[in-house]
This record gives sequence, C-alpha cells and structure tokens, in this order.
Amino acid sequence: MFMILGYPAPLMFGQLLLGLINGAFYALLSLGLAIIFGMLRIINFAHGALFMLGAFVAWGMLQYGGIGYWPALIVAPIIVGAFGVFLERTMIRHLYKLDHLYGLLLTFGLAEIIEGLARNQFGSSGMPYAIPAALQGAVNLGFMFLPIYRGWVVIAAVVVCLVTWIAIERTSLGATLRAATENAPLVQAFGVNVPRLITLTYGAGVALAAFGGVLAAPIYSVNPNMGSNFIIVVFAVVVIGGMGSILGSIVTGFGLGVVEGLTKVFYPQASATVIFVVMVIVLLARPAGLFGKAT
Amino acid sequence: MLDVSQLNAWYGESHILHGVDFNVQQGEVVTLLGRNGAGKTTTLKSIMGLVGKRQGHIKLNGREIVGLRSDNIAKAGIAICPEERGIFASLNVTENLMLPRVVAPGGLDLAEIYTLFPNLKERANSQGTKLSGGEQQMLAIARILRTGAKLLLLDEPTEGLAPVIVQQIGRTIREIKARGFTVLLVEQNFRFAATVADRHYVMEHGRVIDMIQNAELAANMGKLHDYLGV
Ligand SMILES: Nc1ncnc2c1ncn2[C@@H]1O[C@H](COP(=O)(O)OP(=O)(O)OP(=O)(O)O)[C@@H](O)[C@H]1O
Ligand SMILES: [Mg+2]
Repeated sequence: MFMILGYPAPLMFGQLLLGLINGAFYALLSLGLAIIFGMLRIINFAHGALFMLGAFVAWGMLQYGGIGYWPALIVAPIIVGAFGVFLERTMIRHLYKLDHLYGLLLTFGLAEIIEGLARNQFGSSGMPYAIPAALQGAVNLGFMFLPIYRGWVVIAAVVVCLVTWIAIERTSLGATLRAATENAPLVQAFGVNVPRLITLTYGAGVALAAFGGVLAAPIYSVNPNMGSNFIIVVFAVVVIGGMGSILGSIVTGFGLGVVEGLTKVFYPQASATVIFVVMVIVLLARPAGLFGKAT
Repeated sequence: MLDVSQLNAWYGESHILHGVDFNVQQGEVVTLLGRNGAGKTTTLKSIMGLVGKRQGHIKLNGREIVGLRSDNIAKAGIAICPEERGIFASLNVTENLMLPRVVAPGGLDLAEIYTLFPNLKERANSQGTKLSGGEQQMLAIARILRTGAKLLLLDEPTEGLAPVIVQQIGRTIREIKARGFTVLLVEQNFRFAATVADRHYVMEHGRVIDMIQNAELAANMGKLHDYLGV
C-alpha cells in the first residue's frame, strides 16, 4: 500500500478530507461571527443555534412542503437571516450602549431557548436528510474515493467565503461596512443609515450560519445539538484568527480543520483538543490572533 | 442659511454649550474662533448631530434640524470635515473619497476634485491613513465636496500643517466659496481665517461672545488678542 510518512495514504487523505469538511463549517461560522463582531461588537453566541436552525428549516421545507435541497440552500438562509433581523431589531439593538458582556449573555440565552425549543419539539436523536440525487455517490480520484457530496461541501463553502470576502473588500457596500466598523458615527454623519446597516449585517452573518446548516444537514443528522457541537471550536477559531478579521476567519477555519484532521492520523488522542492547544499558544504569543491587529 | 440659537449641548453629564447664537448667510465663509476648549468643535458636532444631547434651535434654510439623526442631517445638505480628519484606515483613497453619500446635485465630480487636489489622484489606491497629514486633510475636504451638501463644516483644517499646505487649503476654501458653497470654519489661526472669511464669531466657555466683520478685523486686533490670549 502507498504510504506517506509511514501512514497509509488513504487514511491520510481521508482524514485530510474530513478536516477540510469540518474546516468548511468552521470557516462559514467564524466568518459570520467575524462580520457580526466587526459591526455590532458583540460575540454572537446564538450563532450555533442559528446554524442548527438552518438545517431544521431545510428539513422542515422537505418534510412539510416537499421542497428539496437546492431551493432550501437559498431559501433557508433567507428565512433564518430574516429571523436574525427580527432578533436584532427587537432585542440585540437595545444593548449596544451597554457593556459587550450583555450582548453575549443575551445571545447565549437566545441560543439556549432556540435549542431547547428544538429539543422539545424534535427530541435529541436527530433526523436524516438525504443527499440530493445529483450529489450522491463517489468518484475515484486514484488515491482515494471522494464522496461527491463532501467535495461539494468544501467547494460551496470556499466559494461562499470568497464571494463574501470580495463583497467586503472590493465593493462600495463593503467599503461602507469597513468604514462603519472603524467609526460608525462619522459614517452615519456622511448620510449612511447605520442602524439599518447593522441590522442587515447581523442578518447576513446569520444567513451564512444557516447556509452552513443546510450544507451540514445531509452529513450530520439534523439534530438540536448540531450547532453547539461546532460552536465551541468555532469560538476558538475566531480567537486564533483574530477577532473580527474577515480573511483571518476563513483561512483559520479551513486551516484548523486540516490541523485537526491530520492530528487524527498522527496522534488521534489529541484530535479533540489540538485546536484549543493552538488557541492557548496563539493567545500567549499573539493575543490579537494570527490575523488580528493589536489595539 | 444656518441659524443657530440658544443651542445647548452635553457630553454625558457635562454641559458644554450654554446657549450658542450665531448665523451663517448663504455663500458666506464664517469662522468660529476661540481658545482651546471653548466649544468650537462641540458646536460643529452639534450641528451635524454628533453630540448625544442637544437643545435649542438649529435651522437650515428655515427647517429645524436640531432633533434629527446625523444621517438625515447629512441628507438635509450639511457635511463635516472633522477635527481629527476621520480618514478610514481600512479604505483606500478612492474608497474614502466615495464614502459620503451624494445628497444633492451640484457637488464636484471626481475630475474636478482631482484638478483641485492632484495629489489624491496619484495616491488613489493608497491606504487612506498612509497619506501625509496634508494629503489626509485634502482628502477629508475633498470627499465632502462630492456630496452636493451646500453647507460645509470645516474643523481646523490647517492644524499642524506646513505653510504651503495651509496656502493650498486657503485657495481651496476661496474656490469653493466662489462655487457658491457656504462654509462654517473653526480656526485657531486667525491670520489664516482673515484670508478666507467674511465674518468671525468668537466663542468662550460654550457661548458666542462677539462677532467681528473681516473688514474690521484690523481695528479689533487688540480685542481679539484678549479673547484668544495670543
Ligand atoms: N467627548 C467628550 N466628552 C466629554 N467632554 C468633552 C468631550 N469632547 C470635548 N469635551 C469638553 O468640551 C469642552 C469643549 O470642547 P471642544 O472640543 O468643543 O473645544 P474646542 O473649542 O474645539 O477646542 P480646541 O480648540 O482645543 O479644538 C472642553 O472642555 C472639552 O474638555
Ligand atoms: Mg476643536
């Protein structure tokens, strides 16, 4: 058998792929968190719950409406994003003048409520969501079999992350967003409706989480805990990448997914903790994160 | 054009403006002079809606704007060039220039702005805060000329700049006045102010205490020295 560094190649590539898939979700989630943090200055603890909600909405659309994966991939993020807009308008908005801790506490509470309601309604066991017909099966890459759906997840996440990044770095709306992150009162004095921009930013960040949730639905079963399983790692990713850094959250998300995957090959016992070890090291050596600007 | 009366303003609990009264006519360049801490910047920010609590009257062409949100004040036709310049580090020069919303026709287009400020064209893709202090000041002025706002609030645009740059800013102010803009200018440097302004208001302890026509400036030098402590 073909070996790499003394390990069988299929094992290596298999774990690398798993790492990339986890990394895709880390990147989507931490990107949304970074966008929200940049604008609202709150750590959106409800992010995992909204990811889960994305999967549930997709599942519900299929179950009760017969609406399949492809429409759900667009519609579920819009629905959950609109729910995010509602949360921002009715609750989160009132906390901007207070310490950031209150925003964290509120969104933590929202996460518990959303997940609790989902558990109440659907139990904790999880419901299957079928891979869409076009993406079933696997291709033989020569060195490994690649399940098509998993390849699709990585590609879709990369594309969405890049499009988001370009929208922020290269468009005039993105320039307004960056400027408002720096000095919101001045941007408002230049005629921009900043409160509305903040609402839309929160909605967009939430929609990214929900998009991740729909992508995840066929891989993990649709269950109320699917968000919280990810979110703790994602917070570590955000800290490592640098709070609020857009590019940092994307690169770190994928990178740490891969690191985690490779650790499963070389030292499986540490795979669950390696990201936190990296976090501790980064915090000690570079408290602002790998891509963050020291303030 | 602008009529400010009995304007009071607060930062949190501290009461900074105590009944400010002055006015600016269409097409005028009017300065606010006064010592450090007199409340000049606070007056400009209050007009722009950037101070948390304000009371009294600010009328723009007869319309009360004292209670409006700052984005709506901008849309009413006022633009500010803040004391700290407010150039955005995460935006390049062009993006900084294009950031303020166009609120009315009659603003300068990009070509006119680049004619007025050739440096900005050369540095179009530089990060905003990589520019020299003088260039940043040009950028801060240039970007509000685009918006079509006819009342421009300039807060110490010459502060800390070399004499040639100060002269260029002076030319710019005269040029925009000639184009029909109205300017409310905060200045410490009254020698500079005298080269561009029609009238001067003097502020002290959050009030306007005097008004001097530019033509009568020479005759009032003694008084002005007392006011400004120079
Ligand atoms: N953000 C703030 N919070 C509390 N007090 C403030 C704030 N900004 C200014 N002040 C106070 O308000 C008073 C007026 O300040 P302001 O900046 O309006 O003065 P100024 O006339 O512009 O002075 P300068 O010539 O130094 O720019 C000062 O006593 C200042 O300490
Ligand atoms: Mg000042």
